[in-house]
Amino acid sequence: MRNFLLARLLQAGLVAVVVGALCFVLMRVMPGDAAMRIAAGRYGPDARIAEAAKMVRLELGLDRPLVAQFLEWLGNLLRLDLGHSLVTGSPVIHELKVQLGASVWLAASALALSLLIGPVIGLFSGLKAGGAIDRLGLAGAVIFRAIPPFVLGLMLMLVFSKQLGWLPPAGFGSAREMLLPALTLALGLAAMSSRVMRNSVAAVARAPYFAFARYKGLPESVVVRRHGLRNAAIPVVSYIALQAVYLVEGVVVVESLFAYPGIGHALVHAVVERDIPMVQGTALAMGLMFVVIAAIVDLLTHWLDPRMRRMA
Amino acid sequence: MSTIGDIARPKGRLTTGRMFGAGLLVLLGGFATIGPVLIPADPAAQDFSASLAPFGGDFLLGADHYGRSLLARLAHGARLSFGLAFLTMLAAAVPGVLLGLAAAWKGGWTERFLELTATIVLALPGLMLVLLLLAFAPGNYGPLFLGLSLTLWVEFYRVTKATTKSALAQPHIEAALMLGFGSRYILVNYVLPVVAPMIATLSTFAMATAIIAVSTLSAISVGLQPPTPELGSMIVELLPYYAEAPVHVLLPAMLIFLLVLGLQLLAQGDHP
Repeated sequence: MRNFLLARLLQAGLVAVVVGALCFVLMRVMPGDAAMRIAAGRYGPDARIAEAAKMVRLELGLDRPLVAQFLEWLGNLLRLDLGHSLVTGSPVIHELKVQLGASVWLAASALALSLLIGPVIGLFSGLKAGGAIDRLGLAGAVIFRAIPPFVLGLMLMLVFSKQLGWLPPAGFGSAREMLLPALTLALGLAAMSSRVMRNSVAAVARAPYFAFARYKGLPESVVVRRHGLRNAAIPVVSYIALQAVYLVEGVVVVESLFAYPGIGHALVHAVVERDIPMVQGTALAMGLMFVVIAAIVDLLTHWLDPRMRRMA
Repeated sequence: MSTIGDIARPKGRLTTGRMFGAGLLVLLGGFATIGPVLIPADPAAQDFSASLAPFGGDFLLGADHYGRSLLARLAHGARLSFGLAFLTMLAAAVPGVLLGLAAAWKGGWTERFLELTATIVLALPGLMLVLLLLAFAPGNYGPLFLGLSLTLWVEFYRVTKATTKSALAQPHIEAALMLGFGSRYILVNYVLPVVAPMIATLSTFAMATAIIAVSTLSAISVGLQPPTPELGSMIVELLPYYAEAPVHVLLPAMLIFLLVLGLQLLAQGDHP
């Protein structure tokens, strides 16, 4: 248990250092003078750019040795100081707070929706492996896995907001606006988790303890609930840990598509605008979100499977 | 012993799913390679009088809002997607497999160092790494390609390492080692046959991932920029006209879907 959390904490630290180092190196390797670029980003490319660049150089200490600069960046990070956005001028951490919250909500609702869809389909497919539901589920999973998330999002947008007019195509604030982006992500996730659930339920259904529960004369629903679900859920949950990548990457795509004001949207914007501190900050936040999701899944598997606790 | 055999061999069977995937890929591959040669139309040539032209007539598959031939753009887009995905896959597979072999063969510090590198890459979502690289050179093939291969090599490395390690521990290979057969001979005759089918499967998955990633990034306007006939950006460009020409929007989307579907079916026909 403590080992889990320690490993995840280490991973979080690793993410922070790697994102920082990567941005730092790229910034220095980039053609042109960093101070010049920052000055141009701040004050616009006018005639007194050289003067402005000199000021920026002094202000940010760009003339000092690289190692010293990098260590200073790390030190600032520890004090939660991520610098200021080159575009808006406000502190990066300030903007991140709002956006990260929005993204976490989106990811959480997508995950919840996908758990309503995927494992349920998987359960019915697995209890009658090879049956009609199983085959339909398989076809659905194959199709939804081959559709890129952005195409799926556009299709949902066209159908539900343009044609039917049920849901708004973009925006933020209420559950109505969240539903389409969350559904886009959830369908992709469910396509995969339904199959994992199906295989795991099929395996449990073949197991002796499952047959024994039936021989005892327990009603079918009790057999499934008490002896099936929990055992079948373990592989699904650990599979979701692998899908944390899909979820975090999907957040970038879906947020940009639906103009949802989260961390992914902010990252894409910062990339387009070359707002390096914002790129660093948003990438850091996304990396940490990824670590947190993985940690939560660790805890869930732990809770679902008491055998792990006894072993640890 | 049996586990390696299970993973490596029986999947070679030609199931219907696999056959279908392979057929689909041959068709699309043909369209991507021969299409741009056979179709005389320039994918960038604009003709405003033919804006959103329907099927048939001068344009077999119609024209987009600038009056550019959709057939030509689709063929060039398929070539771009296929080509970029293939290159990305190669750039990920070659170092991944070689490093995996090295780690399994040498062990010790080589393995520890490579393991650490792989862990670091895995700690970051791949798309984020690509976005970071793109931040410094938007709209270029270079960072897109580099970023994707940088994230995809890890999978090749890990699978190669694990398989090679357990293969090397098998009695008949140990015997060959002790009999003094050269490392080259053992790699080619004993290790490669076990690793190769898995690498083939991973390669098709890597290509599918690359195709989706490139089109997605272009669609959210950080990947390749519009004049390039890229399937993802074509969809977004045509989207405002979906009411007048719904099929035109569907065509590039369909093409991506079929490409990815073909690759995925080929990769794991038995149990998707």
